[in-house]
Amino acid sequence: MKLLLGIGGSDDSTRALERTVERVAETGDDLTVAILRNPATEVDPATVEERTQTVLDEADMAAPVRHLDGDPGSQLVDLAEREGFDRIVLGGGETSPMGKIKLGGIAEFVLLNSHVSVTLVR
Amino acid sequence: MSDDDAYPDEPAGPFPEPPATFDDREARAITVRRYDEARDRDALMTMYEAFDPADRAQGIPPTGEERIADWLDAITGPETVNVVANYGDAVVGHATLVPDEPAATAELAIFVLQEYQGAGIGTHVIETLLGAGRAAGVERVWLTVERWNDPAISLYEKVGFVASDTESFEHEMAIRLDG
Repeated sequence: MKLLLGIGGSDDSTRALERTVERVAETGDDLTVAILRNPATEVDPATVEERTQTVLDEADMAAPVRHLDGDPGSQLVDLAEREGFDRIVLGGGETSPMGKIKLGGIAEFVLLNSHVSVTLVR
Repeated sequence: MSDDDAYPDEPAGPFPEPPATFDDREARAITVRRYDEARDRDALMTMYEAFDPADRAQGIPPTGEERIADWLDAITGPETVNVVANYGDAVVGHATLVPDEPAATAELAIFVLQEYQGAGIGTHVIETLLGAGRAAGVERVWLTVERWNDPAISLYEKVGFVASDTESFEHEMAIRLDG
């Protein structure tokens, strides 16, 4: 299965990458990582790429890394649909002090617009 | 929620401090008082174990004994403000303020057991919680509610919450408490 994982600067997207890499190590799925600009965080793309590479290296895994400019949700859906990915994987949201799950803006757009299946990692 | 502009300029209140005693619309004698760990923890667990999962909001209350216990540990911990509604020995309603950034800010949640909903208990519970919160130094309170949950939104508006963000999945509301 061809997976497209979107990652920005948020903690939940980093967690999603770690969990997906663990899973891919078992399934042998074909993983591509797309680095996004998440307006909700101030982490720059170079730092996100470094984090991504560290997680991949620790798992001894190679995966193509793509950079998406512009609106992150629509760019991610467009890439997934254009290049025949089977699934988009995203962080499943942050939790509030109360413990309420808060869906991020990118996940909200992707869920409502993608014709490709979407996995939110919790 | 840290943006001060999101809170209404005009403060709301004053709100009553616990305890509050009243008869609900089903003529049940209800007392709302501050949560007491030693006295109330078991009864609160019982309430959440009986809670209808269809009324969950954004993953809370969680389900299963272990998850409920972990969640209660977090929301009744240091700096939190909690009140419970008692009917006899049972806890039938609960509301909580959990501290957020910056200081004197808190996130609110309230739950009333299904068979006690629609009887006016929620209004007393939330007003008493806000009174207890103000007494504990809380000045700004925010919450999120599902945008289709009209009874809850009406309750929050009645006590003085105003919408602060209606563009997300969840409707965000905020109140400033009268000093």
